[in-house]
Amino acid sequence: MGNRTVIPFGPQHPVLPEPIHLDLVLEDETVVQAIPRIGYVHRGLEKLVEKKDYQQYVFVAERICGICSFMHGMGYCMAIENIMNIKVPERAEFLRTIWAELSRMHSHMLWLGLLADAFGFESLFMHSWRIREEILDIFEMTTGGRVIFSVCEVGGVRKDITPEMLQKISDVMDKLKKEITEIANVFINDSSVKSRTVGVGVLTKQQAFDLGAVGPMARASGIDEDMRKQGYAAYGKLKFEPIIETAGDSYARTSVRIREIFESIDLIKQCIALIPEGEIKTKVTGNPNGEHFVRLEQPRGEVVYYAKANGTKFLDRVRVRTPTFANIPALLETLKGCALADVPILILTIDPCISCTER
Amino acid sequence: MAEQTLKIIAPNELVGETLKLKNSGWRLAAVSCTNKNGMELTYSFDKNYDLLNLRINIKPDIEIESISSIYSYSFLYENEIKELFGVKINNVTPDFGDKLYKIAVETPFKVEKENE
Repeated sequence: MGNRTVIPFGPQHPVLPEPIHLDLVLEDETVVQAIPRIGYVHRGLEKLVEKKDYQQYVFVAERICGICSFMHGMGYCMAIENIMNIKVPERAEFLRTIWAELSRMHSHMLWLGLLADAFGFESLFMHSWRIREEILDIFEMTTGGRVIFSVCEVGGVRKDITPEMLQKISDVMDKLKKEITEIANVFINDSSVKSRTVGVGVLTKQQAFDLGAVGPMARASGIDEDMRKQGYAAYGKLKFEPIIETAGDSYARTSVRIREIFESIDLIKQCIALIPEGEIKTKVTGNPNGEHFVRLEQPRGEVVYYAKANGTKFLDRVRVRTPTFANIPALLETLKGCALADVPILILTIDPCISCTER
Repeated sequence: MAEQTLKIIAPNELVGETLKLKNSGWRLAAVSCTNKNGMELTYSFDKNYDLLNLRINIKPDIEIESISSIYSYSFLYENEIKELFGVKINNVTPDFGDKLYKIAVETPFKVEKENE
């Protein structure tokens, strides 16, 4: 056994945009154990549901995360709509799906940039984020916001997307497909990128299942599960298959996310072709009474929304289990046996969102 | 949409019921706690997109057993519930001893509601 050392990693570290702490137990340069500590920016947003009524809470849910904000609002609304047996208009379901897939695209592009930054490929980082800006421009055009959109509400959506905007989105998707193909080739084929990701942080299929991994983290290890296959929103009317890789390493996790970007482009184009005319919201009256679990596929994986209502306008409980929270045990496993120099890459390959985790 | 089932069980049945689910290939998707008429703990399991929820209702001073010996990754959920709600869960492995979350207020989600 080599010399055993404990190195504190975080809560502030150049690779971490948000605070999480890991005590890394090392034998020489090899990590043998990682002990997490979270809660540095815990906000107690779940508790806030006792003070904000069930309509107001949509705005709180959106603020759980600045990247998948739309899907947090959507998940919360779906839970309430299920409790109240509200039928959301079909057009609203398609609009939600378009915004959700745009969110996935910009989240994955952001992650690709962060990964490139982590291994010092600055031009790749800049190109990834330059392309991401065009997706944020679509958000601004269709919702008025680039981070928090506030378009989702219980019963539907607040804003429609005009036919002209839909055509513009379709054109941008065609353009982005070409641009993303160029940088995807670098992430997939460049030898310097592969040297930092291939075979690094392998999580086997069995380990992924045993540790409860979700989302791209699980699918990169061969687990065929994507919550969109439940058919919520408009997904039941769209053709797609979960993106699966089997190597379970950092390269496979990168590959899954890149392929999911192209799948999102395809899903958005399908939505634009199929979206029906009609209302975008259902009038909501009364207060919810009951409970329901909703699961969505966020960019980082399965999110669980649980709402329990008591017939008043204030809920008893909202519970959010975020994908990063679910992926922490798998992260701790992949860190075992890795070199200290690979720790930042491995932490990034779960695409950690501490903001979500610290709801 | 996939099925969603709720099964209410006694606290002493939790470990046995959980073991049966693990052996049947269910994945632990979440553990949730609601502070209403005592503590209501819901263990959610996923299999082929179906969701099965095991629920136990306990008084705040009752101790329950951890399921981390069955689902190792339940330790995060259980440490969180211990620290936020003050639920007494025995034999969580690893037990962070109320130091997983760096929060200023002790058990912030444990609010006495008996008189409401």
